[in-house]
Amino acid sequence: MRGTIYTETTVYSPPEAFVKDAPYQLAIVEIAGGERLTVRILGEPVAIGDTVEFVERRCDVPFFRKV
Amino acid sequence: MSGSENITTLRWVIHCQLPAKNSYAIGMRPVAVAGIGKTPFGAFPDRDLRSLAVEAVERCLTDAGATPAQVEAFYLGNFAGPSFVGQNHLAPYVAAAAGISGVPCTRFEAACASSGSAFFHAVSAVAAGMYDMVIAAGVEKMTSQPTPKVAEILASAGDLGGEIKAGGTFPALFAMIAKRHMHEYGTTREHLAAVAAKNHAAGALNPLAHMRKNITIEQALAGKMIADPLTLYDCSLVSDGAAAVLIVPLEKARDFAGKPIRVLGIAQTSDHVALDRKASITSFAAVARAAEKAYRMAGIQASDVDFAEVHDCFTIAEIIATEDLGFVERGQGGPYAAAGCTALKGPRPVNTSGGLKAKGHPVGATGVAQICDLVIQMRGEAGERQVTRNDIGLAQNLGGSGATAVVTILGKS
Repeated sequence: MRGTIYTETTVYSPPEAFVKDAPYQLAIVEIAGGERLTVRILGEPVAIGDTVEFVERRCDVPFFRKV
Repeated sequence: MSGSENITTLRWVIHCQLPAKNSYAIGMRPVAVAGIGKTPFGAFPDRDLRSLAVEAVERCLTDAGATPAQVEAFYLGNFAGPSFVGQNHLAPYVAAAAGISGVPCTRFEAACASSGSAFFHAVSAVAAGMYDMVIAAGVEKMTSQPTPKVAEILASAGDLGGEIKAGGTFPALFAMIAKRHMHEYGTTREHLAAVAAKNHAAGALNPLAHMRKNITIEQALAGKMIADPLTLYDCSLVSDGAAAVLIVPLEKARDFAGKPIRVLGIAQTSDHVALDRKASITSFAAVARAAEKAYRMAGIQASDVDFAEVHDCFTIAEIIATEDLGFVERGQGGPYAAAGCTALKGPRPVNTSGGLKAKGHPVGATGVAQICDLVIQMRGEAGERQVTRNDIGLAQNLGGSGATAVVTILGKS
């Protein structure tokens, strides 16, 4: 599954459950048909308009990376 | 079409054909705010939720020259008392301590718009003729919990199954809103910082504000990054505090001690809780819809508003609010603020109280506190912060990332 970054942020002040992950990038991805999904980004940071692809689900959270 | 559908359609047609001026729905009574009361906002380790709420209610009744025994219903806005302090059943818990007993006491929860919602429903009940004296109040006691716990409780106003599970916080959600607004309209971090500096300047003059100090745009830009592009200075404060107002029919408003201020228009609207389900994130559809309805009810246009209190939970939220309320063209909120148009001495002052940014944001108290802050200006009691044009004031209260919106327009009666 591929999509386009609609918006993104890097979180420096995480909630307690994600302290070990910080800083991490959170994004809203627009996938085929215009549906939007809030996801985490793996690897290289992404910007609005970048194409990303689905990598895996961890604890029911979708992770995407830059294509 | 069934009979009931016919009636609904007819009512809708009648409503839409009402004259634009003061178009309350048929049968509704004009309503006024006859008393206000606020505690200071801040971190008060020695104060509990109930004592804060009772202080606001007592100040409100004193202001109106009324007694607790006269109050016919008590509507309390509170977001997360059960999570912050462990107490539930908050409305009668607070009301009885303030001497209000035996009448309907109800808690309203709509995230950061909790007391905006309490106010909307209290105004509706008085307008409908159900009661002649209703108190709408709001309270939150937040500072007794450590910051990560506060963040977790606040996050429960988002969609726990999606955006929050993925690591979202409210700063992160508004950071994503800011990034998209920057992308679509060229809004800059300097625009955001200008909002922070402006609201701190107003807050510094407000004796009840949580943070009474000026900051520079450079300081705001250099602040600790919370969620890119938002720094600590783009975020509102975690505060304790309470506020209350007395709502009465306009025809009885002169019986009270406080100078009455009329509710010209009011609307509450809703949208999806999850940010990724909203049609647009650079505009809050619920706010735009509430504004349109409130303007129509008041029989005014955006350009008639003299000053406003808007929901600056984050600096970007104030920029978008000025656009959704029609003060500026879409995308122009940043330059409008940076040019000083919304400053105390500007042509349309916004957040003369210091806003959530500097006055403080005890979540459940914010909506009613905004009404108090409008009334203070409209009575001419704002001291160094007093604006010169104060005939029509507007309050905009936002819940979560825009799932609830309340817009209220007040006028000198």
